[in-house]
Amino acid sequence: MKLTNRSKVVSNKEMTLAEKIYLPAIFTGMGITFKHAVRTVIKGAPAVYSYPEVQKPRATIWRGQHVLKRDEEGRERCTACGLCAVACPAEAITMTASERTKEEKGLYREEKYASVYEINMLRCIFCGMCEEACPKSAIYLTDRLVDVETNRGSFIYGKDKLVEKINERIDITTRQSEKQKNAVK
Amino acid sequence: MDLLTFKLILVLALFLLSLTIAAYSTWAERKVASIMQDRIGPNRAGPFGLLQPLADGGKFFFKEDFTPANAEKFLFVLGPALVMFISLITGAVIPWGKSLNIAGTSFDLQVANIDVGVLFIIGMASIGVYGIMIGGWASNNKYSLLGAIRASSQMISYELAMGLALLSIIMMTGSLDLKEITESQTTGKLWGIIPWGSGMNWNIFYQPIAFLVFFVAALAETNRHPFDLPECESELVTGYSTEYSSMKLGLYMFGEYVNMFISNAFMVVLFFGGYNYPGIEWVTQNWGENAAGILSVVAFLTKTVIGILIFMWIRWTLPRFRYDQLMHLGWKTLIPMALVNLLITGAVILAFAN
Repeated sequence: MKLTNRSKVVSNKEMTLAEKIYLPAIFTGMGITFKHAVRTVIKGAPAVYSYPEVQKPRATIWRGQHVLKRDEEGRERCTACGLCAVACPAEAITMTASERTKEEKGLYREEKYASVYEINMLRCIFCGMCEEACPKSAIYLTDRLVDVETNRGSFIYGKDKLVEKINERIDITTRQSEKQKNAVK
Repeated sequence: MDLLTFKLILVLALFLLSLTIAAYSTWAERKVASIMQDRIGPNRAGPFGLLQPLADGGKFFFKEDFTPANAEKFLFVLGPALVMFISLITGAVIPWGKSLNIAGTSFDLQVANIDVGVLFIIGMASIGVYGIMIGGWASNNKYSLLGAIRASSQMISYELAMGLALLSIIMMTGSLDLKEITESQTTGKLWGIIPWGSGMNWNIFYQPIAFLVFFVAALAETNRHPFDLPECESELVTGYSTEYSSMKLGLYMFGEYVNMFISNAFMVVLFFGGYNYPGIEWVTQNWGENAAGILSVVAFLTKTVIGILIFMWIRWTLPRFRYDQLMHLGWKTLIPMALVNLLITGAVILAFAN
C-alpha cells in the first residue's frame, strides 16, 4: 500500500570498484573542506556574528521583550483593563488594578492603572496577542532580547523592567500601522 | 656534559613537548574544524583563543570527580593513567633530530637508541588498548563495556595491517632500529635512477601502498575519525569513557592527542625521512653539526605537525564508518593489500639485490 507519493525504492546495488576503494570520494570530500578552509582563512568566516559584540540584525517587527508605553506627557498608558491577560494564550500576564489619587494625575493617564503588572518571560511565547488586544496602545513587543538570568524567579518581569523610562523612550513606530499611528494620541 | 645529564634534559624536553603539542592539538582541532565549517572557532581565551587549552585543563581539574558506586575503583583509576603513560613512553625511542655537539661531544637526539625501536612502539601501541579495555570494564556499565570491546577489537584488527605495512619498510632497511631506518633515507638515488641531493630519499616514494595502509591503520589505532567507533554517541553514549568525569576523562582525551602526535612522529620516521630535509649533508659540512641538528629537529616537528593537521582535516571531512564496514575494510582490504605489497617488495628486493 502506498501511503504517500514520497516513498523511494531503496537500491542495494553493488558498489563499483571506484566506490569500493573509497579514495576518490575521500579526496573529493577533502577538496571541498579544503576549499572552505582556504576561503575562511582568506576572506574570514562568512555569516558569523561575534555575538555579544556584534548582534545579528533583527527585523524591525521582531517580537522581543515587551514594553509598557507612556504617552507624550510621560503618563503610563495602561489602564489595567486586563484584555492583554485575557488574550494571552500562554497566560503569562497578571496584573492588579488600582485607582489613581489626585496627586498621581501626572503619572497615569486614566483613572485606573496597574499597580502590579507582571509578565512571566518563561511562559511568554512572544506571539504578540497582547499587543493586538490592547485598546490603549500601552503594550508593545520590541526588538530587544530578554536578558539571560540564572534563576527562574528573575524571569518574572515587573513594572520596573517593563515600563519604559521617561528619558529612554523606546521607539515602536515601525510596528504600528498607519491607522494605529493616527489613533494613538 | 655527560651522557646521563643530556638524556635527562632530553626526557624532560620531550615530556613537555608531547604535552604542549597535545594540548595545542585540542586547540588546533577546534580551529581546523571551525575554518572548515566557515566559523571562527575559539577566540575568547587570549589572542586567537590560544589560552583555551589552559582554560580546558583548569575546567577538567575543578569538575566533580565522580566514581560509580559499583565500579572497580583501582582499575577505574588505572585505565586513563595507563593510556596516558603508554602514549608518553613511546616517544623515547623516536629519533627526534640528528645530533647536537655540546662542548666537543656529539649527542644523538634520541632518548633510548634500542635495536628494536619499531617493535617497542608497536608493542606499546598494543598495550594502549588495555587502558581503554580496563577503563570500559571497570566502569561496570554495559555501554562502556561495549564501547571498550569495540575499541579493542578495532585496534587489534588494525594492528595486523599496520604491522604488515611496517614489514615492507623493515625489509627494505633490514633493521628494526628507528635511527637506522631514518639514516637509510638520507642518501641515495631516488628509485635508483633520479639523482637527488641528500635527505630526500624517503620511503614514501618506494612504498606508497604500505604508507596508505599504515596511514589508515594509524587513524584507527589512535581512534581518530573516520574510525572513532568507541565513541559512537548515538549508539553507545560515549563508549568506554561514559562513566568518566573530571581529569580522568581529561586523561583519556589527552592521551588520544598524545597518541596522535606520537603516531605521526612514527609515520614521519618510517615514511617521510624522519629528521632528514633536503640538503642535510651540505648543511652539516658547511654550517656545522649543531645547525644541522637544530634544523633537523625543526624539520621533524614540521612534518609531524603537518601530519597532525592532515589527521584533523580527515576528521572534519569524513563521516564515521559503520562497524561492519570498519571490519570489512580492515580484514578484507587492508590486510590483503599489505600482504600483496609485502610480496612485491620481497620480489623486487630479491630481483635487485644481486
